[in-house]
Amino acid sequence: MGTLIEEIFSRKAGRPVQAGEILLLDVDYIMSHDNTTPLAIKAFREIGKPILDKNRIVLHLDHAYPAPNVLAAENHKKIIEFVGEQELAHFFKQGVCHQVMIEEGFITPGAIVIGADSHSNTYGALGAFGAGLGSTEIGVAWVTGKCWFKVPETIRIKLTGKTQYGVYAKDVMLYIAGMMGMDGGTYRSVEFGGEYIERLPMHERIVFPNMSTEIGAKCGLIAADEVTINFLETATPAKGPFEAFGPVNPRYERVVEIDVSTITPQIACHPDVDNVKPLEQVEGLSVQEVYIGTCTNARYEDIEIVANMLKGKKVNPLTRVIVTPASAQIYKKAMNNGLIEILMDAGCTVTGTGCGACIGRHGGILAAGERALTTMNRNFIGRMGSPLSEVYLASPATAAATALTGRITDPRGLLEITNK
Amino acid sequence: MSKAWTFGENLNTDEIIPGRFNITIDPLELAKNVFCEIKPEYAKNVQPGDVIVGGQNFGCGSSREHAPIAIKGSQAKCIIAPSYARIFFRNAINIGLPILECPEAVADITEGDDVDVNLATGEIFNRTNRHQYQARALPDFVLKIAEAGGIVNFLKTHDIQDLLA
Repeated sequence: MGTLIEEIFSRKAGRPVQAGEILLLDVDYIMSHDNTTPLAIKAFREIGKPILDKNRIVLHLDHAYPAPNVLAAENHKKIIEFVGEQELAHFFKQGVCHQVMIEEGFITPGAIVIGADSHSNTYGALGAFGAGLGSTEIGVAWVTGKCWFKVPETIRIKLTGKTQYGVYAKDVMLYIAGMMGMDGGTYRSVEFGGEYIERLPMHERIVFPNMSTEIGAKCGLIAADEVTINFLETATPAKGPFEAFGPVNPRYERVVEIDVSTITPQIACHPDVDNVKPLEQVEGLSVQEVYIGTCTNARYEDIEIVANMLKGKKVNPLTRVIVTPASAQIYKKAMNNGLIEILMDAGCTVTGTGCGACIGRHGGILAAGERALTTMNRNFIGRMGSPLSEVYLASPATAAATALTGRITDPRGLLEITNK
Repeated sequence: MSKAWTFGENLNTDEIIPGRFNITIDPLELAKNVFCEIKPEYAKNVQPGDVIVGGQNFGCGSSREHAPIAIKGSQAKCIIAPSYARIFFRNAINIGLPILECPEAVADITEGDDVDVNLATGEIFNRTNRHQYQARALPDFVLKIAEAGGIVNFLKTHDIQDLLA
């Protein structure tokens, strides 16, 4: 009984729990990556106790991989030695951690998965509890298999209606971020529901929990339904049976209702994720780089949108257009279906998989005075390189339209022509 | 003299320590670049025992523990803010960086004030304007971690179950 987070935690605790309680719960999987694992290893060594269950540990190299410098290489070396020493079976280096976690079937409804990465909230798209923690707690969980949680209050975001042509989940989520603000969901579980969400395919659903981080949420959740179960059965190796479940007689702290049919393409402008404006207010602003990548928007369908819009065209010659598929699985499918060739012919640089340019380490760093339009989830000062550069966030369609002109461009005109 | 260093609302982890410096986990190395883009004079002039006074949602953004480690490495005594971003709050507790919630103190303290903090009681005294503030009490289990000097130290002598015992 209760909100979705109360349902998930109650199932795990084996008794009904309510918002406000503090629980010590078993976690199903413990995720960390090249940026955060070295500190977890340090905590693990200091605790000086053995790993409780090696099968629960999942490690990734994705944040600065392949290594762009010696220090990153030393991190990778340290992690690989640890994987060998501890004989860990779940070790990945072919994609952004969150995408790989979903593709490899680690995320199932009701699971509790903690990650040393703030976008671990992503797992809520499949009705799982996913939350970001620091490295030390990851080391603690390796040893204990447990983590403490305060059962959060819930804000329900009820999304009704149907989006306009050329408006995507990203636009809706940016709109929500602008409305709620960067601390609008702090310490809260943010539940996304309503007829709009229910109709949405998984690749679009993922955007909401993923970006719930940007409004401060502890987790972003979507109830597991037929779409979830069908996705798990057809697109992942996860072993069922899976149970569809949602909130039962929930008591929400507040309910925010939004009719998505009124939303137009949105842009989060420099320097905050909640500095969101309708695209027309910044239309024409020049950009030196367009970056299509990250755990937010570099899935196959995102790349397909971009490729369809760029097919047979050339991107602006003065704009660097970089595409970083979120995983090898996505990359291969895009390659087999000819999308990579279309992107390359249009003048895009297609990089290897991973987090790429999103954290300003490699794969598209910005110079002082430059501006990028990206499909990323955050745009903090200096995020992509120079502290004097600017990052704007948008949907893959807006990114593709902007790639052609070198200026922030409304995708709707181009989409109409492309689809005629 | 414990100097107050003040910061604005929604201070994010990139502003505390930009991602490009997170290639090390050495607290003293990280401390060299802490707040380098928003307050470069901090790393040069901070003295052990100085106090960070921040705005609401302090430490939002990434899960990087480098941010509280960089602050701890700078030898600041503690942070005072009206509220913290969720992961930063957990991280600070877990690594043993004292954090206090006190909106009244934040509203009243200005940069350079001499601020005395009693971590055990949560009493904050502003020696510059002679004002006294009381920080909110932390939950018991958080105090247990803080008293042990962080979760790693706690686990050396306790079982995880002892947290809620």
